[in-house]
Amino acid sequence: MLLIPDSVVRFFHRMASPPHFYAFTERLMPWLVIIFLFLTGAGLYGGLYLAPPDYQQGDSYRIIYIHVPSAWMSLFIYVVMAVAGAIGLVWRIKLAEIVAISSAPVGASFTFIALVTGSLWGKPMWGTWWVWDARLTSELILLFLYLGVIGLYGAIDDKRVASKAVAILAIVGVVNIPIIHYSVEWWNTLHQGPTVSKLDKPSIHVSMLIPLLLMALAFNVYYLIALIQRARVELLQRERNSQWVKTMVMENKQ
Amino acid sequence: MSVHEFFAMGGYAFYVWTSYGLTLVVLLANIIIPVMQRKQFFVKALKKKR
Amino acid sequence: MSLSRAFFAIIRRDLVLALRRRAEIANPLLFFILVITLFPLGIGAQPHLLQAIAPGIIWVSALLAAMLSLDSLFRSDFDDGSLEQILLSAHPASILVLGKIIAHWLVTGLPLLIVAPLLAVFLGMPKNSIGILLLTLLLGTPVLSLIGAIGVALTVGLRRGGMILSLLVLPLYVPVLIFASNAVEMAGSGLPVNAQINILVSILFMALVLAPWPTSAALKMSIN
Repeated sequence: MLLIPDSVVRFFHRMASPPHFYAFTERLMPWLVIIFLFLTGAGLYGGLYLAPPDYQQGDSYRIIYIHVPSAWMSLFIYVVMAVAGAIGLVWRIKLAEIVAISSAPVGASFTFIALVTGSLWGKPMWGTWWVWDARLTSELILLFLYLGVIGLYGAIDDKRVASKAVAILAIVGVVNIPIIHYSVEWWNTLHQGPTVSKLDKPSIHVSMLIPLLLMALAFNVYYLIALIQRARVELLQRERNSQWVKTMVMENKQ
Repeated sequence: MSVHEFFAMGGYAFYVWTSYGLTLVVLLANIIIPVMQRKQFFVKALKKKR
Repeated sequence: MSLSRAFFAIIRRDLVLALRRRAEIANPLLFFILVITLFPLGIGAQPHLLQAIAPGIIWVSALLAAMLSLDSLFRSDFDDGSLEQILLSAHPASILVLGKIIAHWLVTGLPLLIVAPLLAVFLGMPKNSIGILLLTLLLGTPVLSLIGAIGVALTVGLRRGGMILSLLVLPLYVPVLIFASNAVEMAGSGLPVNAQINILVSILFMALVLAPWPTSAALKMSIN
């Protein structure tokens, strides 16, 4: 506690109060959108236009500018979900619960994107739409884990109970992900199908790396935007009987 | 590099642009759905008040 | 009552209850045999083909049989309120829950080992891999019960928990499936399988130590 400045502690305390979070994110949103558009513009310009074609894969490799950051995000968001869930479980912070469940659809979307773009990238490289490649297979299992979280939350009517269930499931999942990942990788090296070495390590040049990192940053900002949008809806629905939501509804009328 | 060449993507246009298009659709949907839900929430809440 | 006595009392009670409802023991076992019988009918009975896919078939069927049997783990105790009593007792809930899981495995997981050699012969598996098959089942099926218990604990309060349970549990079964079926396959071709067995042992110990915690937490959540 001593290491954290007082102002930071106060910031988090205030953020944990729903009305403050709601108002603060509303002011934050335009800035996030501007940063996102700027990063995406720069990343796409660098990746689609400036970077040279790959000497082996031609222009098809340009899919990595969305495929790889999506795959990174899919894992990162799962970890965020588990950490937020654990915080909600231990300290009963309502906002942490909301962050955890609001992350799930965004993470599932990134996993879906990583899967589909991986398949679209694989078609010209492998000649088929789907190959049981280690990365694609783990990504598919990750999608199932996300769908389990979303399904479980939907199945339980009492949303406070549902948040707890989701948090437990996400923590179990996060412990299992490294084991699943390792086992799939191991399985893949034993049943070596078509050559995947091309996909595993594209010869990356600085002119390709910079746009890739820019896109990764852009996706992080996007996650924040999408997370906030979902969290605000969730917050309104859970707090619909509280005074601050009621006054906001009345003010909105005018 | 001409505009035509840029969109041709060295013969991989279908794969590259499908990937980017699909990503755009999914990312947009993730923003539009909660925004619509929030609008709907206010509409419903107002109806209840009356 | 001391903790160890409470632990064994729970196991004994669940075993006695299970013996009164023998159909519940028989169902997963019959399912296991039935699914494996369907494969030769579906894909043709060429011996080399069956032999090649036998480890995978047996293990996938074991996974499905284990999953089907999960519902009976907490269902009746949840319905008649005795689950609440167990969780409210002075002893740590996770240990008592572990007792329930062990009893459940003795009733539903262990029988799979007894019929597995028969099925291995049906599918024409080489003799030297049958021993390894039994070993992987012995190490793997308790993990299936332990991980499955988390899933059941999360869904026991739901009216339509069945579909969602498979979505929660099956992805987590992947490592066991991979290492176990691979060990059997390798043993069939006379290769060493120490690595796979060691990994399965460590997965089992991890599951034994870690799985009861989220299970009891989820049960406490479900009974509210």
